[in-house]
Amino acid sequence: MERSEWNAALDERIGKARRTVYENSTVGIAGLGGLGSNIAISLARAGIGKLVIADFDKVDITNLNRQQYLASQIGTYKTDAMEMNLKSIAPFIGIGKHCVKIDEDNITDIFGSCDIVVEALDGAEQKAMLVNTVLSSLPGKVIVSGSGMAGFGDANLIKTQKVMKGLYVCGDMTSDVDTSGSLVSARVMVCAGHQALAVLRLLTGEMD
Amino acid sequence: MDLAGRTVSEVLAILEYDTKRVAVERNLDIVRKCDYDTAVLLDGDTVEIVGFTGGG
Repeated sequence: MERSEWNAALDERIGKARRTVYENSTVGIAGLGGLGSNIAISLARAGIGKLVIADFDKVDITNLNRQQYLASQIGTYKTDAMEMNLKSIAPFIGIGKHCVKIDEDNITDIFGSCDIVVEALDGAEQKAMLVNTVLSSLPGKVIVSGSGMAGFGDANLIKTQKVMKGLYVCGDMTSDVDTSGSLVSARVMVCAGHQALAVLRLLTGEMD
Repeated sequence: MDLAGRTVSEVLAILEYDTKRVAVERNLDIVRKCDYDTAVLLDGDTVEIVGFTGGG
């Protein structure tokens, strides 16, 4: 496949103006689990030029029920496995890989160059830490967070809301994995779809 | 609820939020975690509290 063919195919589906915006965008994804792996693939398919992906973990057998990895990738670092999967789908995408645990001290270095940061971590405290650090330390940066996608509740409860300056939250805002005890692909993907679409709409200025 | 005169930490305690799981905005500015104990809310402030839940 030539780059010109990839671009022409995207132009046919989403139009040249939109494709050009996406091609020149860099999106950061913090966490490559059920949310992050699905968001990364959606954004790659949409033609985002560069994804900065960060996760410290390896693919585990318990991830396969909802995360976009293969059984053959068990034991591989998620950053490496996801890079492989993304390049298989979108060969011309740029990938910045950070195989580290995200904390207050590395967030600005990892995500400072991104147009938008996606929060796709699993723990509530981690989510809050990332959101607080991005909004405090990277003024003007927009972050799209996922909160409330556990369990088997109604998918229609999951929505996208602008909750603060620079902060969009997707999810039902209430379901917690610690109380519901489960996470399933179909529902996590609804939330991931909300987050990925929010990124695409924000990049083109279709959502403020 | 009249929260003027109280700190962000006091307000979060009254509303039973876990301070480790929230983000707080006052008048369109994020309130830094390190300021929760000292930032006193004033009459007329617009405050937004977002609580995060686990799963991903």
